[in-house]
Amino acid sequence: MSTKTASTNNIAQARRTVQQLRMEASIERIKVSKASADLMSYCEEHARNDPLLMGIPTSENPFKDKKTCIIL
Amino acid sequence: MKTRRTLKGHGNKVLCMDWCKDKRRIVSSSQDGKVIVWDSFTTNKEHAVTMPCTWVMACAYAPSGCAIACGGLDNKCSVYPLTFDKNENMAAKKKSVAMHTNYLSACSFTNSDMQILTASGDGTCALWDVESGQLLQSFHGHGADVLCLDLAPSETGNTFVSGGCDKKAMVWDMRSGQCVQAFETHESDINSVRYYPSGDAFASGSDDATCRLYDLRADREVAIYSKESIIFGASSVDFSLSGRLLFAGYNDYTINVWDVLKGSRVSILFGHENRVSTLRVSPDGTAFCSGSWDHTLRTKNYLFVSLQVWA
Repeated sequence: MSTKTASTNNIAQARRTVQQLRMEASIERIKVSKASADLMSYCEEHARNDPLLMGIPTSENPFKDKKTCIIL
Repeated sequence: MKTRRTLKGHGNKVLCMDWCKDKRRIVSSSQDGKVIVWDSFTTNKEHAVTMPCTWVMACAYAPSGCAIACGGLDNKCSVYPLTFDKNENMAAKKKSVAMHTNYLSACSFTNSDMQILTASGDGTCALWDVESGQLLQSFHGHGADVLCLDLAPSETGNTFVSGGCDKKAMVWDMRSGQCVQAFETHESDINSVRYYPSGDAFASGSDDATCRLYDLRADREVAIYSKESIIFGASSVDFSLSGRLLFAGYNDYTINVWDVLKGSRVSILFGHENRVSTLRVSPDGTAFCSGSWDHTLRTKNYLFVSLQVWA
């Protein structure tokens, strides 16, 4: 009795897996050459605005240690 | 790149951290149950709360900057509103939002303060309404503990990616609860996933000592970042603002910086005395913060001229 329910569960689970796989297999894919070209162009476009890539002037760097103030 | 700030104050291993959208505040959580909010410019602690559990593995800053969420071995995700009133006890205003049947491994607010996405050792992810604590959607499909998640960057984004101990990274539709894509090329637990800034790809860091880049539109892995000399797992990954650099923290106490497009390592950063457990780039990309089991958080910023030579 329990083996029957166990195998029914397995079948149900297997059906769900197959359905999920069918759904995943049917999605539209683009070629890797196009996908990588897009990634590269995104990097090029935004490289100028990337502080960790390009470096920012010390005056604008909020983490640069500032000199102590002198109170006159 | 140099360590610009060292934030000391946790008594035990730092497990997780997150930046506030104001680009200077940081929330961090540790093994001893403490959750601390820091100002990274001054290194001052602004808020601290002790959770009733240890191993607070997940923490997140709300988009408004007015609240934080955290959780861990208590199997819950709790939201604490941040108040500057000295007389208010932060713990008193705590709101329990999420309930899982195993530890909470990751949490993140969605685009607003109103919803939280959680990932748990019980193998599921879930979307909750903060106000009512109601479960809005649950995501089943991982065959083992889910260790990490990241929301897609766009404002209209309705997807998120999760990584787990079943070596799979899965992309989910938040509205339907369905898994739309799954990737299974890692050879061990996936500790960290992070979307590429354009939202078309994501990177993952794993115990198999590699980081990999998966393109969503091509539906496959497109790059592996590994070296024979790197044998310890990657615990945490994040991209620089343009997506050209991938920062990855490893269990061998180092941070490797990878050139995303070339697949080569650009730099290796030393500075922690124990494994790097968490790493996030600030929202404006000017710095990144790494947290470690050596009890500190270091904010690294930099002057990095040699990258010009590579390009």
